Amino acid sequence: MLFGRVVGTVVCTEKVPSWRGQRLLLVDATDPAGTPLGNRLFAAIDLVSAAPGQRVFVVRGREAAVALAHPENPADAAIVGLIDDVHEHSAEVAD
Amino acid sequence: MFLGRVTGEVVATIKHPHLHARKLLLVRPEPTPGRPEPAAVIAVDSVNAGIGDRVLVADEGNTAAQVLGMARGPVRTIIVGVVDQVEDGGEPGASGA
Repeated sequence: MLFGRVVGTVVCTEKVPSWRGQRLLLVDATDPAGTPLGNRLFAAIDLVSAAPGQRVFVVRGREAAVALAHPENPADAAIVGLIDDVHEHSAEVAD
Repeated sequence: MFLGRVTGEVVATIKHPHLHARKLLLVRPEPTPGRPEPAAVIAVDSVNAGIGDRVLVADEGNTAAQVLGMARGPVRTIIVGVVDQVEDGGEPGASGA
């Protein structure tokens, strides 16, 4: 699972039937401290009612699709948690 | 699977039910020489790993489901071992050259 921040919403009136009722959010990939990695925007299915500005973690790949009611769907990224805090103990913390 | 170092914990109250009551750790994958620095990942702990441990991480949904004893869900990154020692055979591609 990867770190990210919700930066927007994606609205699609026409979409694959298996995504009906699903919210799509725009996510910017970040490091653990929340700093953007740069040019790493992607859309993700929202499974935890995330909102723009929130730090989240995202599962990518086939596992994103399994959580929906209809597992045969084309999702390749899903938000699976809201980050409250990250405690990093290493000296070489985030850049 | 890849090798990494546990460098922290991730606190998340609201998460997918598949992740409830699971310990989430911050893992920094070990870089491969000559390749870009890999991004830090969040992994579910299944072996009581701790901060500073060198660990073996699997990143595949079926593996995660098996190890957690659950049906398949939106979880794929899981710590499956604490590494004691790795014997490195040398440079990749060097053998038999």
